[in-house]
Amino acid sequence: MSLLDELEAESIYIIREAFSQFQRPTILYSVGKDSSVVVHLARKAFYPMPLPFPLLHVDTGFDFPEMYDFRDWFVDKIGAKLLVYRNEEAISKNANPFDLGTFNCCDLLRTKALVNALKHFEVDAAIGGARREEEKSRAKERVFSFRDSFGQWEPKNQRPEPWNLYNGRIKKGEGVRVFPLSNWTELDIWSYIERENIPIVPLYYAAEREVIVRGDLLIPAVQTRSGNGLLPGEKVEKLMIRYRTLGCSPCTGAVRSTATTLKEIVAEMMETTISERSTRVIDHDQEGSMEKKKREGYF
Amino acid sequence: MTKKAQWRKRNERGISDMDILRFSTAGSVDDGKSTFIGRLLYDTGNIYTDHLAKIKKGDKLSLAVLTDGLQAEQEQGITIDVAYRYFQSKKRRFILADSPGHERYTRNMATAASTADATVVLIDAEKGITTQTKRHSCIASLLAVPRLVVAINKMDLVNFSESRFFELEAEFTKFAEKLSFKDVAVIPISALEGDNVADKSKRTPWYEGKTVLSYLEEIHLIADKNSIDARFPVQVVLREGTKRFFGGSVVSGGFSVGDEVTILPSLETSRIKSIIKTDGKAIDRASVSSLVNFTLEDERDISRGDMIVRSHNRPHAVSECEAMLIWFDEKPLSLNREYFVFHTTKQTRGIVRELSYLLDITNLKRKNADTLGLNDIGRVSLELARPIFVDPYDRNRGTGSFILVDVETNQTAAAGLIIERFSEKDRKEEIIRKQGHVATNITESKGEVSRVDRESRLGYKAKTFWLTGLSGSGKSTVSVALERELFDGGRLVYRLDGDNLRHGLNRDLGFSDADRGENIRRTAEASKLLNDAGVTVICSLISPFEKDRKMAREIIGNENFCEIYVATPLSVCEERDPKGLYKKARAGEITGFTGISAPYEEPKNPDVRIDTSTETLSESVGKIKQIF
Repeated sequence: MSLLDELEAESIYIIREAFSQFQRPTILYSVGKDSSVVVHLARKAFYPMPLPFPLLHVDTGFDFPEMYDFRDWFVDKIGAKLLVYRNEEAISKNANPFDLGTFNCCDLLRTKALVNALKHFEVDAAIGGARREEEKSRAKERVFSFRDSFGQWEPKNQRPEPWNLYNGRIKKGEGVRVFPLSNWTELDIWSYIERENIPIVPLYYAAEREVIVRGDLLIPAVQTRSGNGLLPGEKVEKLMIRYRTLGCSPCTGAVRSTATTLKEIVAEMMETTISERSTRVIDHDQEGSMEKKKREGYF
Repeated sequence: MTKKAQWRKRNERGISDMDILRFSTAGSVDDGKSTFIGRLLYDTGNIYTDHLAKIKKGDKLSLAVLTDGLQAEQEQGITIDVAYRYFQSKKRRFILADSPGHERYTRNMATAASTADATVVLIDAEKGITTQTKRHSCIASLLAVPRLVVAINKMDLVNFSESRFFELEAEFTKFAEKLSFKDVAVIPISALEGDNVADKSKRTPWYEGKTVLSYLEEIHLIADKNSIDARFPVQVVLREGTKRFFGGSVVSGGFSVGDEVTILPSLETSRIKSIIKTDGKAIDRASVSSLVNFTLEDERDISRGDMIVRSHNRPHAVSECEAMLIWFDEKPLSLNREYFVFHTTKQTRGIVRELSYLLDITNLKRKNADTLGLNDIGRVSLELARPIFVDPYDRNRGTGSFILVDVETNQTAAAGLIIERFSEKDRKEEIIRKQGHVATNITESKGEVSRVDRESRLGYKAKTFWLTGLSGSGKSTVSVALERELFDGGRLVYRLDGDNLRHGLNRDLGFSDADRGENIRRTAEASKLLNDAGVTVICSLISPFEKDRKMAREIIGNENFCEIYVATPLSVCEERDPKGLYKKARAGEITGFTGISAPYEEPKNPDVRIDTSTETLSESVGKIKQIF
């Protein structure tokens, strides 16, 4: 069995388990490429039936404008139900990464918002696109990752998963994050997007875009409600770039690239010698920052 | 070669024709496991430059740092839990499930081994075989991992001593006799210096085997899967109008459109009307591991947890069974208390009625015990609220495994492996004892004339000569000559030729691995009948897989089975090419052709080995006749 067929079969199996074992499974939809793959797999899992669960977008308000456009177009195209949740309280107090720092901002607008969203919509199984290969602390993540009634992840509380027998039994208020893409690599994601012709946000394709060059990082020059993020001495440049990963516009690094088609992106991925997360500003906060976020309920 | 160049090399073919090999490893801080994994990743060009920067200390690489775990573990200096790592070589993708090796982590080792196609154990060449090595090997064996790689590490510290290596190899081989691996490879390595991990070492000229990487790259995965017992646990029922689709994964065996199937537990039968992939495309056949939707000819009431199987080959429906449990929970086993049982896609409840013994996994000795605590392994009798449909675990990992879940805490309490309770004979006797008769339609009718009666009249014992070898190796030519000679010598003898059988008895079979297996099963059963009737049989079949030949030996009976390896080299066979098949295979017109696009596993200990490229026909026949 080929690599992509095997991964696809495994993922669909996991999505069907989530559907069968839970009352209110929901796809965590970040609008990124991994989310797009999860949605595609979920649609295949239930074909010819329509997608039996909604998509939930935890919106920080800082996503790239292209992402909002894409989201609305995509959800409409596939006829899915979209739930949107924002931490309005923090947003109204003008929470932003420039004043608070990336970590604190993320904590408010993503982590807390996600935990509240799941509570608000009574989601018992949140299906996300995280991959074990992405980051060191995720290497040990379960496929069914247990969260207590505060939405918290505790390494000691995780259930062993021998074979493909996933234990989704929970008590009221507790939840499970389900990771059908656990065994995929970034190269697999791109190869699969190409093979299946899955629509993705145009920002993944290379184009001339305005960025701020800061050391090794290319930071998008976007005007947000809290300024343009320029440090003294910095200026905006127009470069041929694309994004390997998408998040909040002030905190997502770009890469230099000329790849304007899926084929070229896959070819570029095969050549790359730099890890995916190194382009994310957010990880530069401190060593082990991911694990901290996870304990508190972030992915 | 620079790392950049290696990186490019590993990827040049892309991933479209790759497959996945899953392997597990276990070990502690001292035996060099982290360095070994780091080495494997590094030498296959799987380390990103931003990560590489972190491990470079001057011109030295601290490879172990690459496989660090969570912060908390880093501080304690140990890795707990199972960490999954992904890398690829030019040939395939690897998923490595890495767990610590201490007794306290038996459950992690078991979890890592549960889906592994191979397990790598490390032995420190200086310290030799430790309890941990044994424990890890036994757990892998218990979890039915097909292949074991024993890496004798730190060979640099013993000056790459040949005698030290062979001493450890002999010691391990003796220990491994108790275990049930299909293959054990012992390899001398230095993870620190890179010998025989991915690159062949010049410092072990006395070692002729493969490197760890090439061994893992060359494992033939399909041959290790159960391609015989067709099992399809229904995972979801999908509806479109009045049409119903039964979704799930083929756990083992395969299904074709038109197959007669039985639905468990209802025992209703139907036929497979269509097999549909998740993209909506219809296909003719679903083989092991594929995820598909079935539709059936007849309307049947089927729900999640039911199982669709081929009618002539059913699993056991059991409401009580014997199993080995590996205890996962801090809270010990409570006898006579309810647990949830998760088996395939079915959930029911069960009660552990009896704990027969506790197994010491380091020496496989049995002890009496009252309960099972965290990391204990023991044999139990399990009673189920509803029947589950099982095969023994060592035959079928999919239908032979289950987990127990605590009904109060919802923790996964144990992993269970189903044991065939009795031999077939015991089972029949038990049924006869209970019911006075065997209730199925497979009662053996015993005649008045026995095999011994026939043999004493004929004056000789009937045997089966099983000729295996590549297409064009000369199997048929040798068979024809041998048949003539034996017949002329006064024996009743009959030739079962692979090609001829495919015109009749086996005409419904193709050349997939599953069909090749079934082809051999039928041929072996036919041979057994002929042997029983007093006829000596000469079978000539390519029979490329060790497991299939082993099955034939089991069916025919070890004492009657003679394996003859026609070892004519591939180059000669291809030059002969009597049926023009090699030419077609090379041109890609035939796929799955043994020797070209499908593997041939050489017999390890054939009774006779002949080579028609270096011997005359009468020499070959003479060699075979000698074993009478």
